[in-house]
Amino acid sequence: MPAKSRWSHWIGPVSLLSPAGLWLLLLLVLPTFVIFQLSLVPNIRPGDVVNPSGIENYLRVFEPIYGNVIGRSLGFAVGTTVICLLLGFPVAYWIALSAPRRWRNLLLLGFVLPLWTSSLLRSYAWISILRRTGVLNSFLGVLGLPPVNLLNDWPAVLIGMSYSFLPYMVLILYSSLEKLDKRLLEASADLGANPIQAFFKITVPQAFPGIAAGTLLVLITSLGDFVDPELLGGASNMTVARLIYNQFLGPTQNWGFGSALSMVLIFAVSIAIALLIKYGDNPNRA
Amino acid sequence: MLLMGLQVGFNLLMFLFMYLPIIVLAVYSFNRSAYSAGWTGFTLEWYTRLFNDGRILLALQNSLTVALVAVGISAVLGTLMAVGLARYHFPFKSLYRGVSYLPLIIPDIAIAVATLIFLAVFSIRLSLWTIIAAHIVFCLAYIAVLVSTRLADLNPHLEEAALDLGATPFQAFMKVLLPQLMPGIVSGCLLAFVLSMDDFLIASFTAGSGANTLPMEIFSRIRTGVKPDINALSVLLILVSGVIAFISEYLRYQGEQRRTRSS
Repeated sequence: MPAKSRWSHWIGPVSLLSPAGLWLLLLLVLPTFVIFQLSLVPNIRPGDVVNPSGIENYLRVFEPIYGNVIGRSLGFAVGTTVICLLLGFPVAYWIALSAPRRWRNLLLLGFVLPLWTSSLLRSYAWISILRRTGVLNSFLGVLGLPPVNLLNDWPAVLIGMSYSFLPYMVLILYSSLEKLDKRLLEASADLGANPIQAFFKITVPQAFPGIAAGTLLVLITSLGDFVDPELLGGASNMTVARLIYNQFLGPTQNWGFGSALSMVLIFAVSIAIALLIKYGDNPNRA
Repeated sequence: MLLMGLQVGFNLLMFLFMYLPIIVLAVYSFNRSAYSAGWTGFTLEWYTRLFNDGRILLALQNSLTVALVAVGISAVLGTLMAVGLARYHFPFKSLYRGVSYLPLIIPDIAIAVATLIFLAVFSIRLSLWTIIAAHIVFCLAYIAVLVSTRLADLNPHLEEAALDLGATPFQAFMKVLLPQLMPGIVSGCLLAFVLSMDDFLIASFTAGSGANTLPMEIFSRIRTGVKPDINALSVLLILVSGVIAFISEYLRYQGEQRRTRSS
């Protein structure tokens, strides 16, 4: 190889990496710094002169009325994560370990297929099921049970969100359970462990990185969910994402406060990402 | 035996849960009365109404334009980024890689706010093009991830062999590397296409008043009550995305088969 000049050495990396890098820098990284700057401006509207002057917006975020919104968003996210873990683990376990081997890919694809359909339309379908004259109440009527009103309240939000994020949980748990060393389970049975002991001492520790990854990813994505709370939750179930939307596109335009809320959301998500990197399954290894 | 029966029963119930909303939409789309849960007779009226709805068709056209252009540009940028990350070592590489993963993890609402702020800072007029610019951010990230996994499985010696045999780096890239990466690029594009067609939040932050995409149109209709023609639209969209999902999975499956055969 002829000796390369200093500059030709950089032509390859720069031409491959700079187009995407510039795009992400301009539309994602730099704007995040601007969001931080805006979050320090009280009562800013589009077109105002930006003059960072204080942390009033952040103090407002933690006033009781907005503190409740953050608490509710966290509650929905934690609730969704717990439900997805409880419902998703048996499904992932069955597909990865109990179902006939040649059906596994097909079963997994079948379970996560609804993920590929429009999230708005899936929420809309839950409206048709949960509304007063919907499928659920006609079913209860047939059974002779009284109708229930779940729509426009927190149970509908939890149902919609759990439905939306269950496939993610199953996908991640599946990839970690698939790698499980079954010989250890057999060995523990030979040594006299009952199935429950074997489950908690063999299966759960081995699947822990997958459980951590699934839990944190569902927590992160459900914390920022807009569509399910907006369409299923009604006016009383305001969440952070809905509140941010209103500060930018709603009637109460306040970009400074919206920016402060965005920073709080980004901060919360960053903590979860840090935990994910520390405890979760490395996606590059799988 | 009892345990196994319980396991199978629970899983049947969970599969039913996943398909219940889709079944309900499909049934409603053929039901004469879309306002009561009961079956009042078969009709195709909602489908004919849908195909005569100018607003829906225009929104669909806008969405297709956004998705096709954004995915096309992202396919090039994302592939270059994946190859660059796999091939070169440079200062701040892990920072660059971290930023490239961000669009996959941070919430849509944060991406939406960031893009709106970028457009406001440079006072760029909102249009279909600003939606495309915003969609490229997440499309290129998804394509880069899928191409990266594909790259990790490739034999690096093939490209070296081409260079030894006198190919220029550009020829080696186009004739040796690119054909091998194609399944990863195509499945990345399909995923990005579906995500772009589904995006409501980022599009509504960057669309301005003139350009309405399909999810924005659907959202405004759902908000004003249950609309029977939306059921028909749902069924068609679900069928299309089901086919796309199947093709994407099939490509991935074939890639895996080839890998198990060669190893």
